Amino acid sequence: MKFERYGLGILKGMSVTIRHLFRHPTVTQYPEQWLNISRRSRGNELVWSREKCTGCCTCAKTCPQGAIEIITATNAEDNKYDVEKYCVDTGYCIQCGLCVEACPYDALFMGYSFERAQYRRNDLIQSDDALLESPERPASGYFHPDIAEKLPEQTLLIEKITEKRD
Amino acid sequence: MTVPEVIINNLPMEATPPDWPGGYWWHWVFFSIVLIGFMLTMVIIAIYIERRGMGRMQSRLGPNRAGPFGVLQMIADVVKVLLKENIVPDKADKLIHWLAPIVAFVPVALLFTVIPFQNGALLADLNIGILFIVAVSSLTTLGVFMAGWGSSNKYSLLGAMRNVAAVVSYEIPLALSIVGTLLVAGTMSLNGIVLAQDIPFILLQPLGFLIFFIAGCAEINRSPFDLMEADSEIVAGFHTEYSGMKFALFYLVEYAEAIAISAIITTLFLGGWRGPLLPPWLWFIGKTLVVFFLMVWTRTTLPRVRIDQLMALAWKFLLPLALINLFITAIQVLAWDDAVNWIAVVINIVVMGVLILIWSKFFKLGWGRIEV
Repeated sequence: MKFERYGLGILKGMSVTIRHLFRHPTVTQYPEQWLNISRRSRGNELVWSREKCTGCCTCAKTCPQGAIEIITATNAEDNKYDVEKYCVDTGYCIQCGLCVEACPYDALFMGYSFERAQYRRNDLIQSDDALLESPERPASGYFHPDIAEKLPEQTLLIEKITEKRD
Repeated sequence: MTVPEVIINNLPMEATPPDWPGGYWWHWVFFSIVLIGFMLTMVIIAIYIERRGMGRMQSRLGPNRAGPFGVLQMIADVVKVLLKENIVPDKADKLIHWLAPIVAFVPVALLFTVIPFQNGALLADLNIGILFIVAVSSLTTLGVFMAGWGSSNKYSLLGAMRNVAAVVSYEIPLALSIVGTLLVAGTMSLNGIVLAQDIPFILLQPLGFLIFFIAGCAEINRSPFDLMEADSEIVAGFHTEYSGMKFALFYLVEYAEAIAISAIITTLFLGGWRGPLLPPWLWFIGKTLVVFFLMVWTRTTLPRVRIDQLMALAWKFLLPLALINLFITAIQVLAWDDAVNWIAVVINIVVMGVLILIWSKFFKLGWGRIEV
Protein backbone atom coordinates (compact mmCIF):
# COMPACT_ATOMS: atom_id res chain seq x y z
CA MET A 1 0.00 0.00 0.00
CA LYS A 2 1.65 3.19 -1.15
CA PHE A 3 0.49 5.96 1.12
CA GLU A 4 1.75 8.58 -1.32
CA ARG A 5 -1.47 8.02 -3.20
CA TYR A 6 -3.63 8.54 -0.15
CA GLY A 7 -2.74 12.07 0.79
CA LEU A 8 0.80 11.48 2.05
CA GLY A 9 2.21 12.80 -1.22
CA ILE A 10 0.50 16.13 -0.69
CA LEU A 11 1.87 16.33 2.85
CA LYS A 12 5.37 15.59 1.59
CA GLY A 13 5.08 18.38 -0.95
CA MET A 14 3.83 20.76 1.70
CA SER A 15 6.81 19.95 3.91
CA VAL A 16 9.17 20.76 1.05
CA THR A 17 7.68 24.21 0.54
CA ILE A 18 7.65 25.01 4.25
CA ARG A 19 11.31 24.05 4.50
CA HIS A 20 12.08 26.44 1.68
CA LEU A 21 10.24 29.17 3.57
CA PHE A 22 12.80 29.01 6.37
CA ARG A 23 15.84 28.69 4.12
CA HIS A 24 17.98 31.48 2.79
CA PRO A 25 16.73 32.45 -0.66
CA THR A 26 19.23 31.84 -3.45
CA VAL A 27 19.04 35.31 -4.90
CA THR A 28 21.44 38.22 -5.22
CA GLN A 29 20.18 41.78 -5.09
CA TYR A 30 22.24 42.64 -8.13
CA PRO A 31 23.07 46.32 -8.23
CA GLU A 32 23.85 46.24 -4.50
CA GLN A 33 25.30 42.76 -4.09
CA TRP A 34 27.82 41.39 -6.55
CA LEU A 35 28.89 37.84 -7.07
CA ASN A 36 32.36 36.96 -8.31
CA ILE A 37 32.00 35.76 -11.86
CA SER A 38 34.02 32.89 -13.28
CA ARG A 39 37.74 33.58 -13.40
CA ARG A 40 37.82 32.35 -17.00
CA SER A 41 34.89 34.54 -17.99
CA ARG A 42 34.79 35.73 -21.58
CA GLY A 43 33.49 39.22 -20.90
CA ASN A 44 31.99 41.37 -23.59
CA GLU A 45 35.07 43.17 -24.84
CA LEU A 46 38.73 42.57 -25.61
CA VAL A 47 41.79 43.76 -23.71
CA TRP A 48 44.71 44.55 -25.96
CA SER A 49 48.37 45.13 -25.11
CA ARG A 50 50.12 47.64 -27.33
CA GLU A 51 53.62 46.59 -26.19
CA LYS A 52 53.26 42.90 -26.99
CA CYS A 53 51.35 43.31 -30.24
CA THR A 54 53.46 42.85 -33.35
CA GLY A 55 50.76 43.63 -35.86
CA CYS A 56 50.77 40.08 -37.25
CA CYS A 57 47.00 40.18 -37.80
CA THR A 58 46.46 36.57 -36.66
CA CYS A 59 43.56 37.70 -34.50
CA ALA A 60 41.87 39.50 -37.38
CA LYS A 61 42.27 36.47 -39.64
CA THR A 62 40.89 34.03 -37.10
CA CYS A 63 37.86 36.15 -36.13
CA PRO A 64 34.75 34.41 -37.50
CA GLN A 65 32.84 37.69 -37.48
CA GLY A 66 35.52 39.84 -39.02
CA ALA A 67 35.10 42.23 -36.13
CA ILE A 68 38.78 43.10 -35.72
CA GLU A 69 40.36 45.67 -38.00
CA ILE A 70 44.11 46.32 -37.97
CA ILE A 71 46.05 48.87 -39.99
CA THR A 72 49.85 48.53 -39.82
CA ALA A 73 52.74 50.47 -41.27
CA THR A 74 56.23 49.10 -42.07
CA ASN A 75 58.92 50.34 -39.75
CA ALA A 76 62.13 49.74 -41.73
CA GLU A 77 64.46 51.02 -39.03
CA ASP A 78 63.39 48.55 -36.35
CA ASN A 79 62.49 45.87 -38.90
CA LYS A 80 58.92 45.43 -37.67
CA TYR A 81 55.31 46.55 -38.14
CA ASP A 82 53.84 49.60 -36.38
CA VAL A 83 50.20 49.22 -35.46
CA GLU A 84 48.50 52.39 -36.62
CA LYS A 85 44.97 51.37 -35.77
CA TYR A 86 43.57 48.44 -33.82
CA CYS A 87 39.78 48.53 -33.90
CA VAL A 88 37.22 46.03 -32.58
CA ASP A 89 33.52 46.29 -33.30
CA THR A 90 32.20 44.85 -30.02
CA GLY A 91 28.71 44.80 -31.51
CA TYR A 92 29.76 42.03 -33.89
CA CYS A 93 31.91 40.14 -31.38
CA ILE A 94 30.41 36.81 -30.30
CA GLN A 95 32.85 36.30 -27.40
CA CYS A 96 34.14 33.04 -28.90
CA GLY A 97 37.66 33.73 -27.70
CA LEU A 98 39.34 32.42 -30.87
CA CYS A 99 41.41 35.59 -31.29
CA VAL A 100 42.79 35.23 -27.75
CA GLU A 101 43.69 31.61 -28.38
CA ALA A 102 45.24 32.44 -31.74
CA CYS A 103 47.45 35.33 -30.66
CA PRO A 104 51.07 34.04 -30.81
CA TYR A 105 52.44 36.82 -28.57
CA ASP A 106 49.84 36.82 -25.74
CA ALA A 107 48.87 40.37 -26.63
CA LEU A 108 45.10 39.85 -26.53
CA PHE A 109 42.86 38.90 -23.58
CA MET A 110 39.16 38.55 -22.98
CA GLY A 111 37.69 41.17 -20.62
CA TYR A 112 36.70 40.33 -17.05
CA SER A 113 34.20 43.19 -16.64
CA PHE A 114 30.62 42.83 -17.74
CA GLU A 115 28.75 46.09 -17.20
CA ARG A 116 29.80 47.51 -20.56
CA ALA A 117 26.48 48.32 -22.21
CA GLN A 118 26.39 51.48 -24.31
CA TYR A 119 23.63 53.79 -25.37
CA ARG A 120 24.70 54.19 -28.98
CA ARG A 121 25.76 51.75 -31.65
CA ASN A 122 28.91 53.70 -32.44
CA ASP A 123 30.10 53.56 -28.83
CA LEU A 124 30.51 49.80 -29.24
CA ILE A 125 33.33 50.28 -31.72
CA GLN A 126 36.48 50.50 -29.59
CA SER A 127 39.89 51.27 -30.91
CA ASP A 128 43.50 51.74 -29.79
CA ASP A 129 43.81 53.25 -26.31
CA ALA A 130 40.24 52.38 -25.41
CA LEU A 131 41.23 48.70 -25.65
CA LEU A 132 44.15 48.87 -23.24
CA GLU A 133 43.99 47.23 -19.84
CA SER A 134 42.87 49.52 -17.02
CA PRO A 135 41.36 49.08 -13.54
CA GLU A 136 37.87 49.44 -15.08
CA ARG A 137 38.48 46.75 -17.66
CA PRO A 138 40.77 44.03 -16.24
CA ALA A 139 41.83 41.06 -18.31
CA SER A 140 40.09 37.73 -17.79
CA GLY A 141 41.91 34.49 -17.08
CA TYR A 142 40.53 32.89 -20.22
CA PHE A 143 43.37 30.94 -21.94
CA HIS A 144 45.76 32.56 -19.48
CA PRO A 145 45.98 30.47 -16.27
CA ASP A 146 48.56 32.82 -14.78
CA ILE A 147 46.03 35.67 -14.82
CA ALA A 148 43.25 33.39 -13.58
CA GLU A 149 45.23 32.52 -10.47
CA LYS A 150 45.30 36.13 -9.36
CA LEU A 151 41.56 36.72 -9.82
CA PRO A 152 39.09 36.09 -6.94
CA GLU A 153 37.38 32.71 -6.86
CA GLN A 154 33.91 32.41 -8.32
CA THR A 155 30.96 32.55 -5.91
CA LEU A 156 29.06 29.28 -6.02
CA LEU A 157 25.33 28.85 -5.53
CA ILE A 158 25.87 26.45 -2.63
CA GLU A 159 27.57 29.25 -0.70
CA LYS A 160 24.49 31.41 -1.17
CA ILE A 161 22.19 28.71 0.19
CA THR A 162 24.23 28.03 3.30
CA GLU A 163 24.78 31.74 3.89
CA LYS A 164 23.41 32.97 7.21
CA ARG A 165 20.09 34.79 7.13
CA ASP A 166 20.39 38.45 7.92
CA MET B 1 -31.35 18.34 21.54
CA THR B 2 -31.60 21.49 23.62
CA VAL B 3 -29.95 24.79 22.88
CA PRO B 4 -26.74 25.00 24.91
CA GLU B 5 -26.94 27.12 28.05
CA VAL B 6 -24.16 29.40 26.91
CA ILE B 7 -26.16 30.56 23.90
CA ILE B 8 -29.28 31.36 25.92
CA ASN B 9 -27.21 33.45 28.29
CA ASN B 10 -25.53 35.33 25.47
CA LEU B 11 -28.51 35.77 23.19
CA PRO B 12 -27.31 38.35 20.70
CA MET B 13 -28.64 41.84 20.51
CA GLU B 14 -30.43 41.34 17.27
CA ALA B 15 -33.74 42.67 18.57
CA THR B 16 -32.46 45.51 20.65
CA PRO B 17 -30.61 48.47 19.18
CA PRO B 18 -27.33 49.34 20.88
CA ASP B 19 -27.47 51.89 23.62
CA TRP B 20 -25.94 54.66 21.55
CA PRO B 21 -27.95 57.72 20.56
CA GLY B 22 -29.53 57.23 17.19
CA GLY B 23 -29.94 53.50 17.78
CA TYR B 24 -29.41 51.27 14.79
CA TRP B 25 -28.22 53.95 12.43
CA TRP B 26 -25.04 54.70 14.30
CA HIS B 27 -24.44 50.99 14.61
CA TRP B 28 -24.75 50.55 10.87
CA VAL B 29 -22.69 53.59 9.91
CA PHE B 30 -19.95 52.63 12.35
CA PHE B 31 -19.77 49.01 11.30
CA SER B 32 -19.99 49.80 7.59
CA ILE B 33 -16.96 52.06 7.83
CA VAL B 34 -15.11 49.58 10.05
CA LEU B 35 -15.89 46.69 7.72
CA ILE B 36 -14.77 48.49 4.58
CA GLY B 37 -11.58 49.59 6.32
CA PHE B 38 -11.06 46.08 7.66
CA MET B 39 -11.57 44.54 4.24
CA LEU B 40 -9.15 46.88 2.44
CA THR B 41 -6.50 46.59 5.15
CA MET B 42 -6.77 42.83 5.30
CA VAL B 43 -6.53 42.59 1.51
CA ILE B 44 -3.32 44.62 1.56
CA ILE B 45 -1.92 42.44 4.36
CA ALA B 46 -3.04 39.31 2.53
CA ILE B 47 -1.37 40.30 -0.73
CA TYR B 48 1.79 41.14 1.19
CA ILE B 49 1.76 37.76 2.97
CA GLU B 50 1.08 35.95 -0.27
CA ARG B 51 3.79 37.65 -2.29
CA ARG B 52 6.45 37.47 0.41
CA GLY B 53 5.52 33.98 1.56
CA MET B 54 5.32 32.61 -1.95
CA GLY B 55 8.61 34.29 -2.74
CA ARG B 56 10.38 32.64 0.16
CA MET B 57 8.84 29.25 -0.62
CA GLN B 58 10.08 29.58 -4.20
CA SER B 59 13.55 30.60 -2.96
CA ARG B 60 13.01 34.23 -3.95
CA LEU B 61 12.70 37.30 -1.79
CA GLY B 62 9.45 38.77 -3.01
CA PRO B 63 8.85 42.53 -3.19
CA ASN B 64 11.41 44.30 -0.98
CA ARG B 65 11.97 47.70 -2.57
CA ALA B 66 9.07 49.96 -1.57
CA GLY B 67 9.32 50.74 2.12
CA PRO B 68 10.92 48.56 4.80
CA PHE B 69 10.66 44.89 3.76
CA GLY B 70 8.49 45.96 0.84
CA VAL B 71 5.40 46.70 2.94
CA LEU B 72 4.49 49.66 0.77
CA GLN B 73 4.60 47.64 -2.44
CA MET B 74 0.82 47.16 -2.47
CA ILE B 75 0.25 50.90 -2.07
CA ALA B 76 2.54 51.52 -5.02
CA ASP B 77 0.68 48.89 -7.04
CA VAL B 78 -2.68 50.47 -6.21
CA VAL B 79 -1.43 53.89 -7.31
CA LYS B 80 -0.06 52.39 -10.50
CA VAL B 81 -3.22 50.52 -11.36
CA LEU B 82 -5.43 53.54 -10.64
CA LEU B 83 -3.41 55.69 -13.03
CA LYS B 84 -3.60 53.16 -15.82
CA GLU B 85 -5.66 53.59 -18.94
CA ASN B 86 -9.07 51.98 -18.94
CA ILE B 87 -9.44 49.96 -22.12
CA VAL B 88 -12.81 48.59 -23.20
CA PRO B 89 -12.73 46.24 -26.19
CA ASP B 90 -14.50 47.50 -29.30
CA LYS B 91 -16.93 44.61 -29.53
CA ALA B 92 -17.53 44.35 -25.80
CA ASP B 93 -21.00 44.50 -24.34
CA LYS B 94 -20.22 47.87 -22.77
CA LEU B 95 -22.84 47.99 -20.04
CA ILE B 96 -22.17 44.46 -18.80
CA HIS B 97 -18.43 45.01 -19.10
CA TRP B 98 -18.77 48.08 -16.87
CA LEU B 99 -21.09 46.50 -14.34
CA ALA B 100 -19.29 43.19 -13.89
CA PRO B 101 -16.61 44.31 -11.37
CA ILE B 102 -19.24 46.01 -9.21
CA VAL B 103 -21.55 43.00 -9.30
CA ALA B 104 -18.60 40.82 -8.32
CA PHE B 105 -17.54 43.14 -5.52
CA VAL B 106 -20.82 43.73 -3.67
CA PRO B 107 -21.44 40.14 -2.47
CA VAL B 108 -17.92 39.89 -1.09
CA ALA B 109 -18.45 43.06 0.90
CA LEU B 110 -21.75 41.62 2.13
CA LEU B 111 -20.01 38.48 3.40
CA PHE B 112 -18.21 40.45 6.11
CA THR B 113 -21.44 41.81 7.57
CA VAL B 114 -22.30 38.65 9.51
CA ILE B 115 -18.84 37.67 10.73
CA PRO B 116 -18.35 38.44 14.44
CA PHE B 117 -15.17 40.22 15.51
CA GLN B 118 -16.02 39.96 19.17
CA ASN B 119 -19.02 38.86 21.15
CA GLY B 120 -21.88 40.64 19.38
CA ALA B 121 -19.56 42.93 17.46
CA LEU B 122 -20.88 42.50 13.97
CA LEU B 123 -22.97 44.55 11.58
CA ALA B 124 -26.03 42.30 11.59
CA ASP B 125 -26.35 39.26 13.83
CA LEU B 126 -28.72 37.37 11.54
CA ASN B 127 -30.21 34.26 13.05
CA ILE B 128 -29.66 32.68 9.61
CA GLY B 129 -26.13 34.04 9.30
CA ILE B 130 -24.52 30.99 7.73
CA LEU B 131 -27.40 30.57 5.28
CA PHE B 132 -26.87 34.19 4.29
CA ILE B 133 -23.20 33.46 3.65
CA VAL B 134 -23.94 30.40 1.52
CA ALA B 135 -26.50 32.38 -0.47
CA VAL B 136 -24.43 35.51 -0.99
CA SER B 137 -21.01 33.99 -1.56
CA SER B 138 -22.02 32.35 -4.81
CA LEU B 139 -23.36 35.63 -6.22
CA THR B 140 -19.82 36.71 -7.11
CA THR B 141 -19.97 34.17 -9.89
CA LEU B 142 -22.61 36.31 -11.57
CA GLY B 143 -20.14 39.17 -11.80
CA VAL B 144 -17.44 36.83 -13.08
CA PHE B 145 -19.74 35.43 -15.72
CA MET B 146 -20.84 38.92 -16.75
CA ALA B 147 -17.17 39.82 -17.14
CA GLY B 148 -16.53 36.74 -19.26
CA TRP B 149 -19.56 37.33 -21.44
CA GLY B 150 -19.21 41.10 -21.75
CA SER B 151 -15.57 40.98 -22.83
CA SER B 152 -16.43 39.24 -26.12
CA ASN B 153 -13.26 37.22 -25.85
CA LYS B 154 -13.19 33.46 -26.16
CA TYR B 155 -10.71 32.97 -23.33
CA SER B 156 -12.73 35.18 -21.01
CA LEU B 157 -15.85 33.19 -21.81
CA LEU B 158 -14.02 29.90 -21.27
CA GLY B 159 -12.74 31.05 -17.91
CA ALA B 160 -16.18 32.27 -16.89
CA MET B 161 -17.80 28.98 -17.93
CA ARG B 162 -15.27 27.03 -15.91
CA ASN B 163 -15.91 29.27 -12.95
CA VAL B 164 -19.66 28.73 -13.11
CA ALA B 165 -19.17 24.97 -13.41
CA ALA B 166 -16.82 24.93 -10.45
CA VAL B 167 -19.01 27.04 -8.22
CA VAL B 168 -22.15 25.04 -9.04
CA SER B 169 -20.33 21.82 -8.19
CA TYR B 170 -18.48 22.96 -5.11
CA GLU B 171 -21.43 24.79 -3.58
CA ILE B 172 -22.93 21.44 -2.60
CA PRO B 173 -20.05 19.93 -0.56
CA LEU B 174 -19.45 23.41 0.86
CA ALA B 175 -22.99 23.71 2.17
CA LEU B 176 -23.10 20.09 3.35
CA SER B 177 -19.87 20.44 5.31
CA ILE B 178 -21.32 23.48 7.06
CA VAL B 179 -24.45 21.57 8.07
CA GLY B 180 -22.41 19.23 10.26
CA THR B 181 -21.13 22.22 12.20
CA LEU B 182 -24.63 23.61 12.50
CA LEU B 183 -25.89 20.34 13.96
CA VAL B 184 -23.25 20.41 16.67
CA ALA B 185 -23.67 24.11 17.41
CA GLY B 186 -27.47 24.07 17.26
CA THR B 187 -27.70 27.56 15.82
CA MET B 188 -27.20 29.29 12.46
CA SER B 189 -26.10 32.62 13.84
CA LEU B 190 -22.35 32.95 13.45
CA ASN B 191 -22.01 34.60 16.85
CA GLY B 192 -23.95 31.69 18.33
CA ILE B 193 -21.68 29.20 16.60
CA VAL B 194 -18.62 30.87 18.10
CA LEU B 195 -20.23 30.87 21.52
CA ALA B 196 -20.98 27.16 21.18
CA GLN B 197 -17.34 26.27 20.48
CA ASP B 198 -15.97 25.27 23.85
CA ILE B 199 -13.51 23.18 21.89
CA PRO B 200 -12.81 24.36 18.32
CA PHE B 201 -15.01 22.53 15.85
CA ILE B 202 -11.97 21.58 13.77
CA LEU B 203 -11.48 18.80 16.34
CA LEU B 204 -15.12 17.75 16.29
CA GLN B 205 -15.52 18.13 12.54
CA PRO B 206 -12.08 17.43 11.01
CA LEU B 207 -13.57 16.02 7.84
CA GLY B 208 -15.99 18.95 7.59
CA PHE B 209 -13.07 21.35 7.93
CA LEU B 210 -11.11 19.58 5.21
CA ILE B 211 -14.07 19.56 2.82
CA PHE B 212 -14.92 23.17 3.57
CA PHE B 213 -11.32 24.24 3.02
CA ILE B 214 -11.02 22.43 -0.31
CA ALA B 215 -14.44 23.51 -1.54
CA GLY B 216 -13.81 27.06 -0.36
CA CYS B 217 -10.51 27.20 -2.22
CA ALA B 218 -12.24 25.91 -5.34
CA GLU B 219 -15.09 28.37 -5.04
CA ILE B 220 -12.85 31.43 -4.84
CA ASN B 221 -10.56 30.20 -7.65
CA ARG B 222 -7.47 29.76 -5.58
CA SER B 223 -4.73 27.43 -6.60
CA PRO B 224 -4.73 24.45 -7.15
CA PHE B 225 -8.24 25.07 -8.47
CA ASP B 226 -7.41 28.28 -10.31
CA LEU B 227 -7.99 26.91 -13.77
CA MET B 228 -10.67 29.55 -14.36
CA GLU B 229 -7.98 32.19 -14.43
CA ALA B 230 -5.06 30.05 -15.50
CA ASP B 231 -2.47 32.37 -16.96
CA SER B 232 -0.79 29.67 -18.96
CA GLU B 233 -3.83 28.29 -20.77
CA ILE B 234 -6.53 30.95 -20.99
CA VAL B 235 -4.56 34.12 -20.28
CA ALA B 236 -6.11 35.06 -16.94
CA GLY B 237 -9.63 33.99 -17.91
CA PHE B 238 -12.46 36.38 -17.21
CA HIS B 239 -10.34 39.44 -16.48
CA THR B 240 -8.22 39.25 -19.61
CA GLU B 241 -9.91 42.33 -21.08
CA TYR B 242 -9.89 44.39 -17.91
CA SER B 243 -7.43 47.10 -17.08
CA GLY B 244 -7.02 50.01 -14.72
CA MET B 245 -9.53 50.49 -11.94
CA LYS B 246 -11.81 47.69 -13.05
CA PHE B 247 -8.99 45.19 -12.96
CA ALA B 248 -8.06 46.50 -9.52
CA LEU B 249 -11.60 45.79 -8.39
CA PHE B 250 -11.37 42.19 -9.63
CA TYR B 251 -8.03 41.82 -7.90
CA LEU B 252 -9.57 43.19 -4.73
CA VAL B 253 -12.49 40.76 -5.06
CA GLU B 254 -10.11 37.83 -5.41
CA TYR B 255 -8.28 38.56 -2.19
CA ALA B 256 -11.32 39.83 -0.30
CA GLU B 257 -12.97 36.50 -1.10
CA ALA B 258 -9.95 34.63 0.19
CA ILE B 259 -10.02 36.67 3.39
CA ALA B 260 -13.78 36.14 3.69
CA ILE B 261 -13.42 32.36 3.34
CA SER B 262 -10.57 32.41 5.87
CA ALA B 263 -12.75 34.42 8.26
CA ILE B 264 -15.66 32.00 7.80
CA ILE B 265 -13.39 29.01 8.42
CA THR B 266 -12.07 30.77 11.52
CA THR B 267 -15.58 31.40 12.75
CA LEU B 268 -16.96 27.96 11.98
CA PHE B 269 -14.06 25.69 12.84
CA LEU B 270 -11.34 27.50 14.76
CA GLY B 271 -13.34 29.13 17.52
CA GLY B 272 -13.67 32.57 15.95
CA TRP B 273 -12.76 35.35 18.36
CA ARG B 274 -12.38 33.06 21.36
CA GLY B 275 -8.95 32.75 22.88
CA PRO B 276 -7.04 33.52 26.06
CA LEU B 277 -5.10 36.68 27.00
CA LEU B 278 -5.25 38.69 23.77
CA PRO B 279 -8.30 40.82 22.89
CA PRO B 280 -10.91 38.86 20.88
CA TRP B 281 -10.63 40.86 17.64
CA LEU B 282 -6.89 40.23 17.59
CA TRP B 283 -7.48 36.50 17.98
CA PHE B 284 -9.96 36.66 15.13
CA ILE B 285 -7.60 38.51 12.78
CA GLY B 286 -4.69 36.28 13.74
CA LYS B 287 -6.60 33.09 13.07
CA THR B 288 -7.89 34.48 9.79
CA LEU B 289 -4.36 35.23 8.65
CA VAL B 290 -3.19 31.76 9.69
CA VAL B 291 -5.92 30.18 7.56
CA PHE B 292 -5.00 32.49 4.71
CA PHE B 293 -1.37 31.42 5.05
CA LEU B 294 -2.56 27.82 4.74
CA MET B 295 -4.13 28.81 1.41
CA VAL B 296 -0.88 30.42 0.27
CA TRP B 297 0.98 27.30 1.32
CA THR B 298 -1.25 24.97 -0.70
CA ARG B 299 -1.11 27.37 -3.61
CA THR B 300 2.66 27.25 -3.69
CA THR B 301 2.81 23.49 -3.32
CA LEU B 302 0.13 21.95 -5.49
CA PRO B 303 -0.04 22.00 -9.28
CA ARG B 304 -3.19 23.10 -11.07
CA VAL B 305 -5.88 20.46 -11.70
CA ARG B 306 -7.65 19.85 -15.00
CA ILE B 307 -11.33 20.68 -15.44
CA ASP B 308 -12.37 17.00 -15.38
CA GLN B 309 -10.28 16.42 -12.26
CA LEU B 310 -11.96 19.44 -10.70
CA MET B 311 -15.42 18.07 -11.40
CA ALA B 312 -14.50 14.54 -10.35
CA LEU B 313 -13.07 15.75 -7.05
CA ALA B 314 -16.28 17.60 -6.28
CA TRP B 315 -18.79 14.92 -7.26
CA LYS B 316 -16.94 11.68 -6.57
CA PHE B 317 -14.84 12.63 -3.56
CA LEU B 318 -16.14 15.61 -1.63
CA LEU B 319 -19.88 15.10 -2.03
CA PRO B 320 -20.04 11.50 -0.70
CA LEU B 321 -17.66 12.32 2.12
CA ALA B 322 -19.71 15.38 3.06
CA LEU B 323 -22.89 13.27 3.11
CA ILE B 324 -21.27 10.58 5.27
CA ASN B 325 -19.86 13.24 7.57
CA LEU B 326 -23.31 14.79 7.94
CA PHE B 327 -24.82 11.37 8.68
CA ILE B 328 -22.25 10.50 11.34
CA THR B 329 -22.58 13.92 12.95
CA ALA B 330 -26.36 13.60 13.06
CA ILE B 331 -26.10 10.23 14.79
CA GLN B 332 -23.62 11.63 17.31
CA VAL B 333 -25.81 14.64 18.04
CA LEU B 334 -28.78 12.32 18.58
CA ALA B 335 -26.82 9.81 20.66
CA TRP B 336 -25.04 12.18 23.07
CA ASP B 337 -26.89 14.98 24.74
CA ASP B 338 -23.99 17.34 24.43
CA ALA B 339 -22.20 16.50 21.23
CA VAL B 340 -19.18 18.52 22.36
CA ASN B 341 -17.14 15.81 24.04
CA TRP B 342 -13.78 14.17 23.64
CA ILE B 343 -15.05 10.72 22.62
CA ALA B 344 -16.66 12.32 19.59
CA VAL B 345 -13.39 14.06 18.80
CA VAL B 346 -11.44 10.80 18.75
CA ILE B 347 -14.13 8.98 16.78
CA ASN B 348 -14.40 11.73 14.19
CA ILE B 349 -10.66 11.96 13.60
CA VAL B 350 -10.41 8.18 13.16
CA VAL B 351 -13.43 8.20 10.87
CA MET B 352 -11.85 10.95 8.77
CA GLY B 353 -8.65 8.97 8.29
CA VAL B 354 -10.47 5.78 7.36
CA LEU B 355 -12.85 7.54 4.98
CA ILE B 356 -10.07 9.37 3.16
CA LEU B 357 -8.14 6.11 2.76
CA ILE B 358 -11.17 4.22 1.43
CA TRP B 359 -12.26 6.97 -0.92
CA SER B 360 -8.78 7.48 -2.29
CA LYS B 361 -8.89 3.78 -3.18
CA PHE B 362 -12.24 4.20 -4.96
CA PHE B 363 -11.41 7.45 -6.67
CA LYS B 364 -10.95 6.74 -10.36
CA LEU B 365 -10.58 9.19 -13.16
CA GLY B 366 -10.50 8.41 -16.87
CA TRP B 367 -8.28 5.39 -17.35
CA GLY B 368 -6.96 5.07 -13.87
CA ARG B 369 -6.83 6.28 -10.33
CA ILE B 370 -5.93 9.90 -9.92
CA GLU B 371 -2.77 10.33 -7.88
CA VAL B 372 -4.15 12.40 -5.07
